[in-house]
Amino acid sequence: MRQKAWVRTFIKVSVSAAVALGGLFLLQRLLVPKYVDGIVEGAFVAEYYGEEKDFDVIFVGDCEVYENFSPIVLWQEFGINSYIRGSAEQYIWQSYYLLEDTLRYETPDVAVFNIQSLQFDKSQKEAYNRMSLEGMKWSPSKVNAILASMKPEEKFLDYVFPILRYHSRWSELTGSDVQYMFHTKKVSHNGYYMRVDVRPAENVPTGRILGDYSFGENAWKYLDKMRELCEERGVRLILIKAPSLYPYWYPEWEEQVEAYAEKYGLTYINFLELTEETGIDYSTDTYDAGLHMNLSGAEKLARYMGRFLQEEIGLADRRGEAHLQEIWKDKIADYEAEREAQYVKYGMKEKTGE
Amino acid sequence: MLFTTYEFMGFMAVLLLAYYLVPKKCQWALLLAASYVFYFIAGADYLIYILVTTLTVYFAACRIERNAERQAVYLKEHKAELSKEEKKAYKETQKRVRLRWLVGCLLLNLGILAAVKYANFFISNVNGILSAFGSRQQLSFFSLALPMGISFYTFQAIGYLIDVYRGTVSAEKNPFRFALFVSFFPQLIQGPISRFGDLSKTLFEKHRFDAKTFCYGLQRVLWGYFKKMVVADRILAGVRTIVGDAGAYEGAYVLVGMLFYTIELYADFTGGIDITIGIAQTMGITVQENFNLPYFSKSLKEYWRRWHISMCSWFRDYIFYPVSISKPMQRFTKFSKKRFGEKVGRRLPMYVSSFTVWLATGVWHGASWNFIVWGLGNWAVLMASEELEPLYERFHKRFGARGRIYNVFQMGRTFLLVCCLNLFDCYASIGETFGAFASMFGASNWKVLWDGSLLGLGLSMLDYWILGAGVLLMLVVSLLRRNGGSVRERIGRQVYPLRFAIWYGLFLAVLLMGAYGIGYDASQFIYNQF
Repeated sequence: MRQKAWVRTFIKVSVSAAVALGGLFLLQRLLVPKYVDGIVEGAFVAEYYGEEKDFDVIFVGDCEVYENFSPIVLWQEFGINSYIRGSAEQYIWQSYYLLEDTLRYETPDVAVFNIQSLQFDKSQKEAYNRMSLEGMKWSPSKVNAILASMKPEEKFLDYVFPILRYHSRWSELTGSDVQYMFHTKKVSHNGYYMRVDVRPAENVPTGRILGDYSFGENAWKYLDKMRELCEERGVRLILIKAPSLYPYWYPEWEEQVEAYAEKYGLTYINFLELTEETGIDYSTDTYDAGLHMNLSGAEKLARYMGRFLQEEIGLADRRGEAHLQEIWKDKIADYEAEREAQYVKYGMKEKTGE
Repeated sequence: MLFTTYEFMGFMAVLLLAYYLVPKKCQWALLLAASYVFYFIAGADYLIYILVTTLTVYFAACRIERNAERQAVYLKEHKAELSKEEKKAYKETQKRVRLRWLVGCLLLNLGILAAVKYANFFISNVNGILSAFGSRQQLSFFSLALPMGISFYTFQAIGYLIDVYRGTVSAEKNPFRFALFVSFFPQLIQGPISRFGDLSKTLFEKHRFDAKTFCYGLQRVLWGYFKKMVVADRILAGVRTIVGDAGAYEGAYVLVGMLFYTIELYADFTGGIDITIGIAQTMGITVQENFNLPYFSKSLKEYWRRWHISMCSWFRDYIFYPVSISKPMQRFTKFSKKRFGEKVGRRLPMYVSSFTVWLATGVWHGASWNFIVWGLGNWAVLMASEELEPLYERFHKRFGARGRIYNVFQMGRTFLLVCCLNLFDCYASIGETFGAFASMFGASNWKVLWDGSLLGLGLSMLDYWILGAGVLLMLVVSLLRRNGGSVRERIGRQVYPLRFAIWYGLFLAVLLMGAYGIGYDASQFIYNQF
């Protein structure tokens, strides 16, 4: 009799716990942002985990990489298998931990890091932290990335249980939140965010005078860590500065990066100084007046980068590998479909040549 | 470490686990350690204050009791030898010794409270007076941090000391147990101000895990979180907008702000006390109730018997009664009877005692003239009601003003009266308060109540819906309590799936509608600052 009561209690408690936890799980899935409409940058980081991880080149950095280089061109024209691990205003410590996370799965030949984020010594906005970190799979790298990124008002527990962060999002839910509750759609092309529209760079703002042009200690610390990590794993680290006209890139910043690259024998490419070589035309190759490249600009930069990677670094052309060809076939199709869709969307259909 | 933080919830989870795992005789010691950890996290510097209060009151209470015991032994041993006069003289001498301990300890602890809480208020007033007389000399302000809950634990410790002096409770011999009584962490933040005789009954007991008591405790905590996080912290934005810019928000806005603040204060304070009582209950400890449906009061007098009960009874027992029966007051009673006649003469001393209590209540609430005027405002209304009582009686008889509708009218009237008095809590200065209050009567902006202007107070339409539902739920729970006792008992009698659905629904309401995390300006409990 007593045993029966105990069994009944056990079943009652177990079922209640299952219902309660199941309900919370479903709610969490429903409430977390899906980043499939509007702001899609938060979806980039997670997409990497669905890839076959055999990349020759990994780009890490902020919007100056994920909007400025087309991995599709790198494959189509050079046979370089590349991926961009970037998200909006990705801080250098996030880039470092994303690279560390990537090296858990594979060891690429080259890591390309855009040094724009050296300007930040601590996280600026919680929203950017979220977009960079939420998509990472749980690992010591993610834990450390969160700890390195959190602003004072943020809580680690909110990353473990995102429902605590997004608890009030129920008032903003859309059909997409239900549709992509358990599976999401790809929004990038190997981490590249495509925009085909054009907004010429006309009045480029100059930088305001700063009190101190030195990069912060924390930023340097993570650049050192990135360099050491690459050395340790035999990955060639290349530093780049994308040709975005603003935020303004100060000569004083340039000097510091050049000195660093020289000190450690790193390759550093400042695309702002290579507009002739890359063929970047700020009247046609940017969609937001010089801040980011559009598809045309991203393809031009990819071509330059592809030539550099093959001629200077000696990366092999892998277009002969059948399984890669298979993978890239679908990716190219998606890329072209989106390009066409965007041409229509922005009223540029005639540019497709149809 | 606020009740609403993850840190506190983690702290509680670990503590509860440990509480029921350690040997039962060690439970109170664990609670003492936890209370000091809690206090240490709030501010390591604060520990010195609570330690001084604990040690001085403990020591003084022991000395007072030892003296009383010695007196009893001495009188028993010398019963035959001493004359009546000698016994009386001996008693008087010993009483004076005990009184010295009492007064000395009171002065020290109230002095500490005054120094940390009121010194700068005093200095700012002195500076104001100096300036008024053209002096350029100004006193410097102290930079002392106000230790968390100092008003609560000081009053609790003082109450114990007076009880020992009066002989109504025995002095606690174990200093660590007494330290737990003073520092018991759930009530450190905002009370209630417990009596040793009440709290010690269960605080030091051995507690076996009882699923029902534990669940009831958690349910009470959950209800407290609902009131605090869904209602109080949500409406806070509206209150801050209105009272933060008195010049811009006048007239009808003041009415809205007044109602908002009263709702916020109720949800915040009663929610906090629900959490306190619930936490204690999960550990099998009974903390006295601090509220008894205050907004069902039909008069201000009744309201003060139902609101912040522990504070009001403290002031009644340790200030009102002693002042009323003190020798100067007896002399004043005689004088006033002689001077103003029996009827008025009998009432005047009561008014003076009451004035003292309300002045002290105002001062206790905060170092500002606003609180003092608030306290005296309450006193004035209570005294006026007392004086007008015969008039009310005649009116009731004449117009037959009784029944349910009249009761509702009385409750509404009392609620509005409390709202008006609460205005002194809200605004930065007395001038601003009176200005805001006066603006309501000449208001020409009543259309803001319906033209969408209220959506510009930092609250969206959705916030208003949530607040409306929250207030309605609080009202329904209060009505159920008024009509049929414990709501938890009532829910507990339902079938399991329904019970589960109710509590899980409340949990989800807190989780999804609570004003917490990024994007919300989490606030401290209002009474935390007292």
